[in-house]
Amino acid sequence: MNVRAQISMVFHLDKCIGCHTCSIACKNIWTDRKGAEYMWWNNVETKPGTGYPTKWEDQNVYNGGWRKDGDDIELRGAGKLRGLVNIFHNPHLPVIDDYYEPFTYKYLDLIESPAMDDQPTARPVSLITGKPINIKMGPNWDDDLSGTPDYARKDPNLEVLSEAEREAMFQLEKLAFFYLPRICNHCLNPACVASCPSGAIYKRGEDGIVLINQKVCRAWRMCVTACPYKKSYYNWGTGKSEKCILCYPRLESGYAPACMHSCVGRIRYLGVMLYDADRIHDTACSDEKDLVDSQLDVILNPYDEEVQRAAAANGIANSTLKAAQNSPVYKFVKEWGMALPLHPEFRTLPMLFYVPPLLPVMAKLSTVNNDEQAKKMDERAKHWPDNWLYDTSTEELWGTIEQSRMPLKYMANLFSAGDEGKIVNVMKKLLAIRMHRRRVTVGDVDAQKADIMLKEAGLDSLTADEIYYLTSLAKFDDRFVIPASHREQAIEMLEFTGDVKGSTGFGFMEKPERGL
Amino acid sequence: MEKINILLFIVLPYLSLLVFFFGSIYRYRKYKYEYSSLSSQFLEQKSLFWGSVPFHVGIVLIFLGHLFIVLFPKEVLAWNSNLIRLLTLEIGALILGLSSLFGLTVLLIRRLTNARLRAVTSPMDYIVEFLIFAQIILGIYIAYGYRWGSSWFASVLSPYIISLFTFRPDIQAVSQMPWVIQFHIIGAYLIVLIVPFSRLVHFLVPPIHYIWRPYQQVIWNWGRKKAKSKDEIWTVTRPFNN
Ligand code: SF4
Ligand code: SF4
Repeated sequence: MNVRAQISMVFHLDKCIGCHTCSIACKNIWTDRKGAEYMWWNNVETKPGTGYPTKWEDQNVYNGGWRKDGDDIELRGAGKLRGLVNIFHNPHLPVIDDYYEPFTYKYLDLIESPAMDDQPTARPVSLITGKPINIKMGPNWDDDLSGTPDYARKDPNLEVLSEAEREAMFQLEKLAFFYLPRICNHCLNPACVASCPSGAIYKRGEDGIVLINQKVCRAWRMCVTACPYKKSYYNWGTGKSEKCILCYPRLESGYAPACMHSCVGRIRYLGVMLYDADRIHDTACSDEKDLVDSQLDVILNPYDEEVQRAAAANGIANSTLKAAQNSPVYKFVKEWGMALPLHPEFRTLPMLFYVPPLLPVMAKLSTVNNDEQAKKMDERAKHWPDNWLYDTSTEELWGTIEQSRMPLKYMANLFSAGDEGKIVNVMKKLLAIRMHRRRVTVGDVDAQKADIMLKEAGLDSLTADEIYYLTSLAKFDDRFVIPASHREQAIEMLEFTGDVKGSTGFGFMEKPERGL
Repeated sequence: MEKINILLFIVLPYLSLLVFFFGSIYRYRKYKYEYSSLSSQFLEQKSLFWGSVPFHVGIVLIFLGHLFIVLFPKEVLAWNSNLIRLLTLEIGALILGLSSLFGLTVLLIRRLTNARLRAVTSPMDYIVEFLIFAQIILGIYIAYGYRWGSSWFASVLSPYIISLFTFRPDIQAVSQMPWVIQFHIIGAYLIVLIVPFSRLVHFLVPPIHYIWRPYQQVIWNWGRKKAKSKDEIWTVTRPFNN
């Protein structure tokens, strides 16, 4: 056993309101620079939708991630042979138009325009060329556009659905969507690291953050192809690839990453998990149906004494072990089994987990007679004589899940490599907790029914309350359990602190500017 | 005339090599961030294929060919003693030259006509491209007009270049050469001279070690194991890879 620590995350999708605050927080700190305007290390997509870059999930187009090759795995569009052969021209590289051409407006024209008969306008100009452009795409162009032919219906995850299922999904009355915020997953088996010919990308042993050494990157741009989540971006200005750094300078000083700190829906959780580094490769090679289970298997129980001993032997600090025990991520992922990795079939073993959303699944439209109700309305009140009801009631316990509006197959394609059982398990838990809490707070749910639901979902009322607390009430320190990173020790070990006394200090001494 | 020849064929090469050698090392150590191939594929994908691939394949092999003849002139002469082999070599080299010419032409047109690319082009990029363009044209003209290049290069120019490196410069032969060939030689020195000041540095850092390094890289910034051990002496440790 080779125990290592990983800072990992859980996003609770039921809570995401799609406000994009996270994206803006990230942009303001890290990517508001020339060449990086188009990058959204954190972006929020509407699902079903094409996402950013357009149709990123379609690996037949982008060739990202790993694929099984006999008993082993290989990179789809990069790797030692393909990467070096294609170094002069990478046929699988997404280009700027797959994201969008960054733009601004000539605001000054509004102010400095001479007096005219017409209103002055601010024309959009490209941030690359500075010339006027027609904006064709933006960072979240498909926002809230479920059902649209250009966006929602082109979602690559729909391919597994039958024509009829798709049509049913996009009937006007049945339209549903949810938000999917994405950052780099800081994978255990990162394809970006494996694909970099220069060896510029690495995973940090201490906390598992995946970083690109900007001084070693030589613009061979293989990581952009290899990352199946398209979370490594090429800076066209400086000629270097960049990616989410999980705000490591903030983490090292005990702050939550900016996207998480600012999250309005409080959907984000961050904490340490211990994992067994010796088993990563075998896990990444397992059969598609076992991928999720074996990934969860690699994550170790921080209460297990054997694990604790092995962790200590590997130099993991007690404070980190303590943080792993208190980690909200460990609870969601391992203890409660409620969070799943996004697209596990890409085989990078992503360490960002999602609680799949229940909301768009619940409720259907049933036909009722509303005439009685309509008569009671004031005559002057505006109302529609519709005869249907947004109905969440059901006779069977799990009816809303089984007859879900968002096909389970679709969800399974996103979060469990096609295994619907896993999605149903999580949904049952989510629903059971809701029923249980309704019994407690409102009291109009049959107590027996709530108990049966909890039991069938594999929960008891105590656990349900705990999950409810962490989902709805948790305070900042419950959601983000950040271990001390002992940076002071690190600096002390890297340099004799006396030597640099009075000098410029640590860090960038050279401006990150494009070379000649 | 004598003085100019000394300037061009002794002073210039030494200057170029010195600047190249120390300049590249200095830039690597001081401005490592600037070592990049500055790929523009992200802004323009399609015509890059027809430019970059034929250009790079051609120019890299031609460069290695020149290097080979400088280092092993006797072997090349022996190879060339047979007409068929000579023709194979010469025609092969000519095709590579034409391929790089074709590629570079595409690259030049692409850079001049695409507004996005012009936004990321520095004056140095133009200097580099035009210099290499001129060099390739001269090279092809020489290959066509002064046969057989691989043979007289091996017998006349290799000794000159070796003489430079052994610090006994002998410019007797070069100064007699036709001006086209002289220009080609001077062009080469100029290209070497500007390497440290241009994007050409990327040819100094080809990712060869990728072939044998393991796919995954985990880097430890501080040895916690070491830091916690009572028996270890506290020393400065550099980040290490496992
Ligand atoms: S999500 Fe992509 S960029 Fe991030 S670690 Fe995984 S493979 Fe690398
Ligand atoms: S800030 Fe939070 S709630 Fe808002 S879009 Fe981002 S993840 Fe969703």
